[in-house]
Amino acid sequence: MILYLIISIILSILALLCWLKVIISRTIVDKMVALDAANTIVISFLILLGAIFKEIVYVDVAIVYAMLSFVSIIYISRYLEGCK
Amino acid sequence: MITAVAFLCAGIFFQTIGVIALYRFPDVYTRIHGTTMCTTLGSILFYIGISMYAFFSFNENWLAFTSHIFITLILLLITAPTGSHAIARAAYKSGIKPKVVFDKLRDAKCSK
Repeated sequence: MILYLIISIILSILALLCWLKVIISRTIVDKMVALDAANTIVISFLILLGAIFKEIVYVDVAIVYAMLSFVSIIYISRYLEGCK
Repeated sequence: MITAVAFLCAGIFFQTIGVIALYRFPDVYTRIHGTTMCTTLGSILFYIGISMYAFFSFNENWLAFTSHIFITLILLLITAPTGSHAIARAAYKSGIKPKVVFDKLRDAKCSK
């Protein structure tokens, strides 16, 4: 159990660093890169939560979160690209 | 057990390297490169470690948990390179030029 505690603390710090990078960076593409990294780390954290509480529902939430992250990244990049 | 803990520590290590690359690289394209590759590799190792570590704590529904983790892994392996490619294409189309550090062909003469 102490391993789960250490890993969840480290993953929380990494996700908070990614969100800090989202806030402090200047251009919107930097913000998108940091948001992509934050989403990947949050998906890992959801799977860790599923292993801690012994529930499979958290992994399903992680699948839906990954799909929503992918769709939002593709939509924003197509908007920045300028073509419909 | 030792193998599962080793996989978990390797996953955390590569994800930490990815976040450090997000802060230390100078350009958008190098930042995309380092961050996406390191966090994807770290996620693969982390999922393998979680599914091996949950074998000791889950009793009967370990197979369902591992198959869900496998579906998430396949989805991540499809979506992460596609997303980073779309980000790089959008960065190039919106006018950000790559800050090239080492350019051999800039002052090259014409070859006879």
